[in-house]
Amino acid sequence: MNITKDKSPASAKSPAVDSGATKLMSVRDAIIMAMSEEMRRDENVFLMGEDVGIFGGDFGTSVGMLEEFGKERIRDTPISENAISGCAIGAAMTGLRPIVDVAFMDFIVYMMDNIVNQAAKTRYMFGGKGQVPTVFRCAAGSGVGSAAQHSQSLEAWFTHIPGIKVVAPGTPADVKGLLKTAIRDNNTVIFLEYKAQYNMRGEVPVDPEFTIPLGKADIKREGKDVTVVTYGRMLERVIQAADEVKEANGVSVEVVDLRTLMPLDKEAILTSVKKTGKVLLVNDAHKTGGFIGEVAAMIAESEAFDFLDGRILRLAGEDVPVPYNATLEAAMIPTVERIKKYILKLVDKR
Amino acid sequence: MAKTNKTKVQLDIPKEKLLHMHKLMCDIRNFDNKVNQMVKRGQVPGMTHFSVGEEAANVGAIAAISEGDLITSNHRGHGQTIAMEIDLNEMMAEIMGKATGTCKGKGGSMHIADLDKGNLGANGIVGGGMGMAIGAALTQQMKKTGKIVMCCFGDGACNEGTFHETLNMASVWKLPVIFYSINNFYGISTPISEVINIDYNYQRACAYGIPGHFIEDGNDLLAVYNKFVELVDYVREGNGPVLVEALTYRWYGHSTSDPGKYRTKKEVDEWKKKDPIVKFRNYLLENKLATEEELDEINRKSMEVVEGSVKFAMESPEPTLESAFEDIFAP
Repeated sequence: MNITKDKSPASAKSPAVDSGATKLMSVRDAIIMAMSEEMRRDENVFLMGEDVGIFGGDFGTSVGMLEEFGKERIRDTPISENAISGCAIGAAMTGLRPIVDVAFMDFIVYMMDNIVNQAAKTRYMFGGKGQVPTVFRCAAGSGVGSAAQHSQSLEAWFTHIPGIKVVAPGTPADVKGLLKTAIRDNNTVIFLEYKAQYNMRGEVPVDPEFTIPLGKADIKREGKDVTVVTYGRMLERVIQAADEVKEANGVSVEVVDLRTLMPLDKEAILTSVKKTGKVLLVNDAHKTGGFIGEVAAMIAESEAFDFLDGRILRLAGEDVPVPYNATLEAAMIPTVERIKKYILKLVDKR
Repeated sequence: MAKTNKTKVQLDIPKEKLLHMHKLMCDIRNFDNKVNQMVKRGQVPGMTHFSVGEEAANVGAIAAISEGDLITSNHRGHGQTIAMEIDLNEMMAEIMGKATGTCKGKGGSMHIADLDKGNLGANGIVGGGMGMAIGAALTQQMKKTGKIVMCCFGDGACNEGTFHETLNMASVWKLPVIFYSINNFYGISTPISEVINIDYNYQRACAYGIPGHFIEDGNDLLAVYNKFVELVDYVREGNGPVLVEALTYRWYGHSTSDPGKYRTKKEVDEWKKKDPIVKFRNYLLENKLATEEELDEINRKSMEVVEGSVKFAMESPEPTLESAFEDIFAP
């Protein structure tokens, strides 16, 4: 796994993060910190999922929590994704605030009915009564050699469904601040973590009241030549690419980190596009039907279209199941080199 | 596996309660007959499923739970919803899609809920309430409320994967849930006997290490009620979940668009002879627990209330177009 140091996006200047005291930590530790703080703050919050207890979670994201909170609140479940998701929704409807450790995001496919047909629609169908405050934490993406059934980023399935919020942060600080807000939110939130980035380190505010609002994008790099819109795992690579083209080619890239896909901060995207007139969209999920396609359409339909002086470009995961072989696997998602190439293509400095 | 099929004279149920159960069965019958009539006249905009014939299976079970207990219901939820004593005006308005409906006209027959009274809602997905039920039960267990959850579903739902997962999870966590299968013999047109290789679904309880109970005559209100009194106590005492199945029959088609080719008129007529309301009425009269006049008056009032609900619904406004864009997210 890739432990980034000086090029970590977390070390980037982040206007939405009011620094205060910070500590250098991994995404994994930021997740444990966020959940633990929220569980201390609100006795209705609890964690459930396969192997979250003594095992500490498939990705170590609940290590030590069983010892502090006990078996009731760090709740190991049978391997029953349908029952886990349904149970979380029923518990949420009746006053608890469950966090579900889905583990590999691919397993959420077994939970789809409960999330899509129940959680997303309950309040609406009941005429505004009831709420489903629950978070589904998903280890998304490729990068650890786990092949086609353990490597997907399925966010677009959920952004398509009204009634669900979708969050995909790309730095340890954003992971902490957004996970805490997701837990406090009164709706169902699909929270993407990236299995290739659990060890990624960055400065994280230690204040237990540090939160980041959902639906607020963050300009991770300010620039004037090209806008790159991204989120989640690809943020790290986009920042590296932006820094390198600035250094080598003198191209000034504005990096818009969406952080939350639903609700979407359209204003931040359009403001940046109007400023630069060029836009590249990057995500690691499959290209066809992917979320950045929606962003592209939104830009094309908006008044920002008139400010564009180039095509809207997408750089996404290939439309193939994720292969096992490490070389093939790595080649299926955008690399720093390809992101740079696309940026230069847009400013015509190939 | 305990069987219950004989009704003894019961002196321990107050007359008031007996008459109230009779009233609720009348409400279900009159309400759904009325809706059916309105469907035929083209006055109902969408899909509905009726509980006529299944009144005792619904009222007997729900009469045994207490205030604060919860239920989850299914697409054939009218009977349970009325047994939970929803406001019939609002329910009728909902079925007619009006702004004054239980769900502001946005849910319809299949999504009527009454969260304030513990009804977590009807559900359009077969088996869709099962996960919700165990979650609601987990809340009761973790918050030590002493309340229980009744999870109502049909015979067909027992073949959904969620049945297996939720019964197992509820069992290992000893959750306070009564899994209640109301067996009306058909999943739309498919006889349950063709899609399970055992006699009854309650027999599956042993696979989860929980008690399975059978109510052979689910049209016998007191047989249902007595069995549920026993089960409610068992579950409330913290012994974990139970699975119980009652046999009953729906008089009408699956939904409003059912040609009914899969069963004979003779079969339907045979079941109509086992009318749960007539059965309970006869019981009350034979045992001098009520007079004909009292029971007639209850039914007359019930019909009046249903007529009143139609008037309320008819006179209610349509929802505004803006309301379609509200209530998607909780604040």
